[in-house]
Amino acid sequence: MPLRPGAVFRKFALLRGGGSRLAKGKQLTQHSIISAMLTPRAAICGAALALLGACASPDPALTRGTPFDPFEASNRINHENTKRVDRRVLRPLAEAYSAAMPDPAETGISNFATNISLPGAMVNNALQGNGVGMTSDFYRFLVNTTLGIGGFIDVASKMGMPARTDADFGQTLYTWGVNEGPYIELPLLGPSTSRAAAGRVVDWFTNPLYYFIEEPEIYYVAGARGARALTGRGLYSESINSVLYDSADSYAATRSYYLQNRRYKIGNRGSDAYLDPYDADQNSPAAPAGTPAVSADFEDPYDQ
Amino acid sequence: MTSDVTRRSMITASLGAACLATLPRAAFALTDAGARTLVDGVVAEINRVIASGGSLSSMIAEFEAIFRRYGDVDLIARSTLGPDANRASPAQMAAYTDAFRGYIARKYGKRFKEFVGGQIQVQGVRPVKSWYEVQSMVTMRGYDPFDVRFLVSDRSGRDLFFDMVMEGISLRLSERTEIGAMLDRRRGDIDGLIADLRQAG
Repeated sequence: MPLRPGAVFRKFALLRGGGSRLAKGKQLTQHSIISAMLTPRAAICGAALALLGACASPDPALTRGTPFDPFEASNRINHENTKRVDRRVLRPLAEAYSAAMPDPAETGISNFATNISLPGAMVNNALQGNGVGMTSDFYRFLVNTTLGIGGFIDVASKMGMPARTDADFGQTLYTWGVNEGPYIELPLLGPSTSRAAAGRVVDWFTNPLYYFIEEPEIYYVAGARGARALTGRGLYSESINSVLYDSADSYAATRSYYLQNRRYKIGNRGSDAYLDPYDADQNSPAAPAGTPAVSADFEDPYDQ
Repeated sequence: MTSDVTRRSMITASLGAACLATLPRAAFALTDAGARTLVDGVVAEINRVIASGGSLSSMIAEFEAIFRRYGDVDLIARSTLGPDANRASPAQMAAYTDAFRGYIARKYGKRFKEFVGGQIQVQGVRPVKSWYEVQSMVTMRGYDPFDVRFLVSDRSGRDLFFDMVMEGISLRLSERTEIGAMLDRRRGDIDGLIADLRQAG
């Protein structure tokens, strides 16, 4: 199928909730298509590069105790704005959505959005050289798309297949040796690091499915992703509320939780901790393969 | 003859002591089986509390009892206070530890109702530095399973857990951030912090 570059860009614009000017289906001249292609692309690449440049300084290992947060002042402004939007829009909307939707439909839509993101994770697994993760995501996608009727039913989890890798390009950058960079709170999108934020930008382009899904269907995908975000806000409501609204300093709490959890997810790649079944010492009651120790870089509190 | 035996036993005893002193500490202290037994106990208690489906206040009380029995509350409390623990008087430390235990029990105990219908399973143990990391998996209806690790040490003199790490998020390190923020809000006044802590959670 021939790919029309304008249409492809329009889809990405839709997926990230922007680009309405282009999506109106105006007759674009060749020149305006090219400039529409180039300008946002150039801007995106520029932004991604700038974010990566910021990753050049301190190594995350050095900043485990005290977070590397040179943009704290502006981050705090974004944090307060995000909280305001959450309190006025996101939280009530998530509650309304959960109340209005029957549970199976809500879960189905969320499953659909998750399933359609899997090819993107497969690409990232490939870029990371994680064959095990790529294969398990592939089989999960295959099973859920067929037996799970287009991804609405998570048959793979019910069958006890390996968990999703949730690989993203931020993690790919980590495996390529890029440092974490400073902590950033993005407006509306919430906590991130400059590496993770650069990864998010690249991940608009890593899912091969998005190049093939045509115009009306891509709206459904974008909608399902939005709906999944609302479901997540509702599902983890108690946790999110307690961090945002019950903490002494919700900015510091968010930063601490995010960085700990992100480092855990990124390091938990599975394959490098995979045990060779022919190695000795198989009889000791070791932890299961693919789960490295999480406390390896903790300090012993009894020494302090 | 008697003196001979005594001297020989003395030599044996001192040799034995010397050998013991040179052995790595872990060789005669906490074993992975011991760490696992402790966490099996914690997990069985937690599963029992979840299954009992009691009232909120009874769940908080049960959680506090589990925390007190299996966790090194003194150490966790001291470590969340950070360097400020050094300037606290013994009376303040005792009051802080007591307030901290209640705060943790309320804060985490009230979340137990979300676990109803769920279960925790111990998966494995591994030694890390001077402690053991016991891995467990929590399965709850409607959620993806998630990973909880208990860090167990015997350096208090008993086998106790000194941290719980949920999906990479350490209770101890996160509470250090929170307690630090609470102390900042009180401009470093430990008595003020203790008073706030008794209300929080």
